[in-house]
Amino acid sequence: MSETSKRTIDFMGFRRIAAALSIILVLGSAVSLGTKGLALGLDFTGGSLVELEYAEAPALPEVRSQLASAGYENAMVQNFGSDTAVLVRLPAQFDDTVGDQVVSALSGSADLTLERSEYVGGQVGEELREQGGIALLLAFFVVLIYVAMRFQLKFGLASVVPLVHDVLIVLGVFSIFQLTFDLTVLAALLAVIGYSLNDTIIVSDRIRENFRRILKGGPEEIINTSLNQVLLRTIVTSATTLVVLLSLLVFGGEMIRNFALALFIGVLVGTYSSIYVAANMLVTLNVNRDDLYVPKKEGAEGSQPEEEEPPDWLKRME
Amino acid sequence: MLNKYPLWKNLLVSAVVLLGIIYALPNLFPDDYAVQISGSSASVSVDETLLDRAQEALDEADIDYRDPSMDDGAVMLRFDSSDAQLRARSRLQEALGSEYVSALSLAATTPDWLRSIGATPMNLGLDLRGGVHFLMQVDMEAAVDRRLDVYASEIKRQLREERIRYRGGDAEEGQLEFVFPSESARDDAASLVSSEYDQFRSNTRSDGEDYILELTLNQQSASEIRDYALNQNLTTLRNRVNELGVAEPLIQQQGSDRIVVQLPGVQDTAEAKRVLGSTANLEFRLEARSDASSARTETFPFRNNPNRTAELERDVIITGDNVADANQSFDENGQPQVNITLDGPGGSMMQDVTRDAVGRQLGVLFIEHSSEEVERQVDGETVTERVRETERSIISLATIRSTLGSNFRVTGLENVAEASELALLLRAGALAAPIYFVEERTIGPSLGQQNIESGINSVILGFILVALTMLVIYKAFGLLANIALTVNLTLLVGAMSVLGATLTLPGIAGIVLTVGMAVDANVLIFERIKEELREGLPVQSAINAGFSRAFVSIFDANVTTFLVAGILFAVGTGPVKGFAVTLLIGILTSMFTALMVSRAIVNVTIGGRSDLKALSI
Repeated sequence: MSETSKRTIDFMGFRRIAAALSIILVLGSAVSLGTKGLALGLDFTGGSLVELEYAEAPALPEVRSQLASAGYENAMVQNFGSDTAVLVRLPAQFDDTVGDQVVSALSGSADLTLERSEYVGGQVGEELREQGGIALLLAFFVVLIYVAMRFQLKFGLASVVPLVHDVLIVLGVFSIFQLTFDLTVLAALLAVIGYSLNDTIIVSDRIRENFRRILKGGPEEIINTSLNQVLLRTIVTSATTLVVLLSLLVFGGEMIRNFALALFIGVLVGTYSSIYVAANMLVTLNVNRDDLYVPKKEGAEGSQPEEEEPPDWLKRME
Repeated sequence: MLNKYPLWKNLLVSAVVLLGIIYALPNLFPDDYAVQISGSSASVSVDETLLDRAQEALDEADIDYRDPSMDDGAVMLRFDSSDAQLRARSRLQEALGSEYVSALSLAATTPDWLRSIGATPMNLGLDLRGGVHFLMQVDMEAAVDRRLDVYASEIKRQLREERIRYRGGDAEEGQLEFVFPSESARDDAASLVSSEYDQFRSNTRSDGEDYILELTLNQQSASEIRDYALNQNLTTLRNRVNELGVAEPLIQQQGSDRIVVQLPGVQDTAEAKRVLGSTANLEFRLEARSDASSARTETFPFRNNPNRTAELERDVIITGDNVADANQSFDENGQPQVNITLDGPGGSMMQDVTRDAVGRQLGVLFIEHSSEEVERQVDGETVTERVRETERSIISLATIRSTLGSNFRVTGLENVAEASELALLLRAGALAAPIYFVEERTIGPSLGQQNIESGINSVILGFILVALTMLVIYKAFGLLANIALTVNLTLLVGAMSVLGATLTLPGIAGIVLTVGMAVDANVLIFERIKEELREGLPVQSAINAGFSRAFVSIFDANVTTFLVAGILFAVGTGPVKGFAVTLLIGILTSMFTALMVSRAIVNVTIGGRSDLKALSI
């Protein structure tokens, strides 16, 4: 209960700078996605992948030439996590027995074990790509509908735009650094949507409440007050989430590194966007008391003084 | 005011938490790596001598094992590592011979009282325990074509019986086409077909002297054929996996025309694929008489000598589908052979045909369907097409000396391995439609072990970091949040165990994420309580207001996250689904613990104290 926690930060004072920053980041991501594209993983492109564990660190160029002489000229060879672990990726034209063949081609000269081999047919890859896109769009759409119903259309838009913002920036980072984008990263992206949304809704919820409780002050002022009220919560939750993601990044192993990374960036950007994109949108869309006092949907049912309350059966859970 | 829950609410919270603990408990008793030895058929006895032989073999190979036991007609040996388990299995297979099947298995270590109430540990996904994952596509077009072929020969037989003359009939591109020399013959045939079959829509046209009857399968029959093919393939794959001796396999339909097969612990993918994907089958046909018309005969090459050919009748007596049992053995000359026992209908069919054919030759055809994808240029665009091929070759042609019954043998196989694989395939049944592999993933056992370790480490570290953060920020209430978090983790693990959900690496990541996000609800409540205190509310009222005001935010935020996780579950497959499941359950348990468990603790500890002036928050 220290006095310092009462100090208010003028979030909305920076809103133009923040908007500019967001626009730059989103545009940068879009440009990179348009030019460099995503380094799609095996799940989406189809092809084969073999992970080998060598007893002693091998020279990669040698591995490449061994593979080339065995007929795999387009093999991509790289270290995976440590210098004894080697990842070999082959394009889709090879068939599903390639894993065993790679092992036998390489095992002549070195002591190695097969850790993992994957083969995904071209058609499956294409389907997964399609499904992934549909999942993302569906998520946006469902969120828009739910928030528009529970709150109001302006809040709905102010929830979806930050989500698109977050997703684009995470995709942008993956595109700029050409990190492998596979199924798990897609799952992370959807989790980011869930998280970022969580944040945005908490902020929106407070804004709505304050519009009803505090009668003086313009929209910008009320939004600022609301952001300050939930600030500590935003910081603590983001901190705990980022901390566990960090532990996942460090200890989770190579197989989910990109997954954890996508979540990490997503939570970071998602926290920022719930303050600066969502609230900013509300100011820009000119949210005011009239939007909340008599919600258009419930106008016909007469006045319900506290329509943000959940139904009765839910209240019993408290 | 005072904060107090009615008795039933306290009891409810305690009961849920207690159940959570009980059902999460089995996860503290991880399964042992084990090898299970059973007889390859019911006649092989499993007794103490087998146990002794197995132990002897392991001692010789210097492989450590524990708790040898015998129950339900099988010997079970336990090992400390999956490496020892794998070595032991191949050693045992060698030492015990083909009479016994040594299967990789996991032996439960859960205490009996827990097992008796259905409490079992979570299933581990392949990425955590190693094994192979196959996704197979069922070739539905081929299934329909094959069925049409059967219809074609049936209809032709009926045309012959009714003495309706036809020039030819074939299955082509999903429909049947019969050619007749006259319009009246065609019309007779059309009315015959429409009275006998309701599967077809018919269409007539003429082409010069040819009067053509086209039969197209209607929607319903086509989809029945597809369903049948898929179900039949599932059954066959299950039988084949059983023959491979894999413990806890997963064989499941995915979508309308795909099948997932997961074989934990299997490392030899080549063998598994050969057995699962094989379309090998047999056909028995009589050799054609020298005066038979060429429309009734077909020429086939011999399998071991493609230059030699023989003419067989077009009519098939029986196929491998009529085989009830098959075993590999050796003939008098030490050559591999397969002993075949036919089922009832197959046996009588064989008897009927061979009774009148003593002295003629019986040909056994080995059939294999294959297909490959070919890229073709159509109007400047690359189109991938699947080209199917069926290879039939004669493996034996022998004179029928007397009427054949249900039992006989097939020779002419190249080696023992081929003979025993054919016996296996005949026992397990043929695939109703060819399948091909569209996805394959193999995880080595050491990588699985490593994934478990890194997963557990990140959960523990994440938990400690979050707990410390909460203690520093919220002091006594931080402790409360940490208790809630512990309960949350327990409930999450318990719920996943009860639901039989499969834990995967992304699933563990989902748990880690839940740990990070679960405190959110507590943070919201605590911040709200602090606010109410600042506004001058008395302590107990501030607690009450904090919990109920934060509820709305928590509810809205979680519903939307829940919806997104639901989409992930609906769309995702494999590991992604595993992640979605943990997220979904995690949202439910974290709401319950934050709202009810922590409230109950607050109510019981300080809720009754009206003298409370300040909170350690």
